[in-house]
Amino acid sequence: MTGKLLTTSLGAISALALFAATGRAQPAPAAAAKVDQCVACHSELEGRLGDPVKALQQKNDVHGQHGFSCANCHGGDPSQGSGKAAMDPAKGFVAVPKRQDIPRLCGKCHSDPAFMKQFDPAERTDQESEYSTSVHGKRLKQGDQKVAVCTSCHGFHGVKAVKNSTAPVYALHVAETCGSCHANVGYMQPYGIPTDQLAKWQSSVHGEAMLKKQDLSAPTCNDCHGNHGATPPSVASVANVCGTCHVRQAELFQKSPHAKPFQALGNGACVQCHSNHEIHHPSDEMLGVGKQSVCVECHFEGTSSFKAAAAMSGQISDLAAQIRRAGEILQEASNDGMEVSRPQFDLREAGNKLINARVVVHSFAPGQVEAAVKPGLEVAGKAHQAGLVALSDFQFRRKGLAVSLLFIAIAVAAIFLKLRQIERRQSSA
Amino acid sequence: MKAPGGGNPLEWLEDRLGLEPVLKLVEKKTVPIHRHTIWYYLGGMTLFLFVTQVVTGILLLLYYRPSSDAAYESVQFIMGQVSFGWLVRSIHSWSANLMIGTLFIHMFSVFLTKAYRPPRELTWISGAFLLFLALTFGFSGYLLPWNKVSFFATRVGTQIAGVVPGIGTFLLRFLRGGDDVTGATLTRFYGFHVAILPAITALFLGVHLWLVQKQGMSLPPGEDERQVKTMKFVPNFLLRDAMGWLLALGLLAALSALFPWELGQKADPFASAPAGIKPEWYFLFLFQTLKYIPAKVAFIDGDVLGVLIMGAGAALWVFVPFLDRQAARGEKSPVFTAIGWVLIVYIVGMTLVGYFT
Repeated sequence: MTGKLLTTSLGAISALALFAATGRAQPAPAAAAKVDQCVACHSELEGRLGDPVKALQQKNDVHGQHGFSCANCHGGDPSQGSGKAAMDPAKGFVAVPKRQDIPRLCGKCHSDPAFMKQFDPAERTDQESEYSTSVHGKRLKQGDQKVAVCTSCHGFHGVKAVKNSTAPVYALHVAETCGSCHANVGYMQPYGIPTDQLAKWQSSVHGEAMLKKQDLSAPTCNDCHGNHGATPPSVASVANVCGTCHVRQAELFQKSPHAKPFQALGNGACVQCHSNHEIHHPSDEMLGVGKQSVCVECHFEGTSSFKAAAAMSGQISDLAAQIRRAGEILQEASNDGMEVSRPQFDLREAGNKLINARVVVHSFAPGQVEAAVKPGLEVAGKAHQAGLVALSDFQFRRKGLAVSLLFIAIAVAAIFLKLRQIERRQSSA
Repeated sequence: MKAPGGGNPLEWLEDRLGLEPVLKLVEKKTVPIHRHTIWYYLGGMTLFLFVTQVVTGILLLLYYRPSSDAAYESVQFIMGQVSFGWLVRSIHSWSANLMIGTLFIHMFSVFLTKAYRPPRELTWISGAFLLFLALTFGFSGYLLPWNKVSFFATRVGTQIAGVVPGIGTFLLRFLRGGDDVTGATLTRFYGFHVAILPAITALFLGVHLWLVQKQGMSLPPGEDERQVKTMKFVPNFLLRDAMGWLLALGLLAALSALFPWELGQKADPFASAPAGIKPEWYFLFLFQTLKYIPAKVAFIDGDVLGVLIMGAGAALWVFVPFLDRQAARGEKSPVFTAIGWVLIVYIVGMTLVGYFT
């Protein structure tokens, strides 16, 4: 008993000394505090008083993994056996941290590069300062108790590492995590902002890539809005935001005749044609002067820009149609058993040229689009011609076969007759 | 036309070559006529298809390039760019398959008519070796286009050779030219296919044909040599042979024009093996047999046991003339007839099961 008391006391003294020296909670060295009284008592309890310990002891709790325990966030003295002494406010105990204190509480460790490097040398430590620049952070400062803080997204007990695929901030789950507030009509009602972003993103090309194809490189909320510094992109920065992935399109757009007028009119560059959350897979029909064209929303018939839209649309459609025709003919030849794998392979290059031309459309210059389309048309034309030659060869082969079989039949008949003649002669001799 | 010196050219040749005995042999050679005469044509048909292989193979050599970088592209070029290249390659591939087919039929017709009886033991043995050579031709030629299916089939095929007790590892490395199927394998398979195998085949084929000419056609048991009718080899039998060859040529032309031999996708050693990889049809019955042998039989690995059984089976097959003592004495040998039919049913059955599963 005396030994236990001595060990506990030494552990408590060591832990306090360490805490005083660093000014923050440290993971308790295993040799120092052998018995964590918070865990010892709360593991006996059920419900909201027992669950935090269970969460902490889960394998995937990132804090538990690194030796952190209750006192690191809640304060108090985990070496004390009595509840009153352990949860003494004089020793910094806080049962439930206030919402406005949470960023600082987490920031005590997470904003200290030297401390965080012990666990991950590449770990960011600017989350707290970024958070203060976000809409969430600013409103929290103003006293808004509904805005998101660290725990809103990461959770509090049982916090999982970002790379853990079950974490609420893992790329696959980010949209749902943001949506837990932003798609909640009642919750967002005081802010007067839309709540359909989640549904729109889920139906978008980005959402489809992320959710159906499990493509983690697809953008989710934080890729455009930022995560800790979450804020809507300004009109001026939309092209830059999209351009982080769609680099060439952004470059072409910035040099295009659209760049200045869009800025002057306050139109968000990319979103004007592609929308923001509900970005569908772009189609060739978006370009030109047809019913689904986005150009005609601003450019009216008779204007030079209207004609330019029609010209670019025609060029892209021509190439797409030529590739389709060549592909069909080559497939027909292939179905007939003709060897056309080479032109089929070459035709892929025309497809690459079409993809490039679709990107060049963002220059909004018919001349540039024409120059981009031209090599594709040449490749597709050659492939088409190869398909025609293959089909013609197939017909030639069939005719050649018919003629060959005719000659063979005649030769067989001639031999047969000759043989009969010989055998008649032999039998009569 | 006059020969050098002003004489008759035929006499000039005869003086130098002495063909008189050969011409007399040809003139005297006869073929028995009975209810099994039709099977005599299979040997000649196999020979015709073999000659087709040689001719088309030589033409393919003009364009084919035996390296992992160029083999596929060269066959692609033959099929797409070379005038009638598609025809030459398709005939080569189709006649290879038809030849193996006629070879099997020829062999079993010889077996069931007991044509291996003395004094034709060596004809049978040389024929059995010609079958093994034809199968090796097929196995080595299959890899040459360097396409996906042939690449993985060769990997599986050489793996089977690798389990031969004692010499398996050596055999595997000898066949592959390394630990895995690579460009080195392609180069040596090419060497086997166009030089080594043709040379050995020419030797065995020469012996086989010489023995057939020397000993004449065998009469099936039950046919009386004194009573059986005959026809002259030249022209009667040869003209019938020629009709068969012309029909075979027509069949080859039709198959090649209507179903040109596919090239498939280029081999990619880093890609995963396509699902349900199978060898050529003539190896299917062996492949299927291996699949049915349990992984472990007593203390022997299943695949080792399979290879041992196949090796023993091939050896027994070669020595059939010495095992069938009843047939050797001119008596009926129902046991060997039954073995022949069981083997035919087994091979056909296993091939169909392998093909459709």
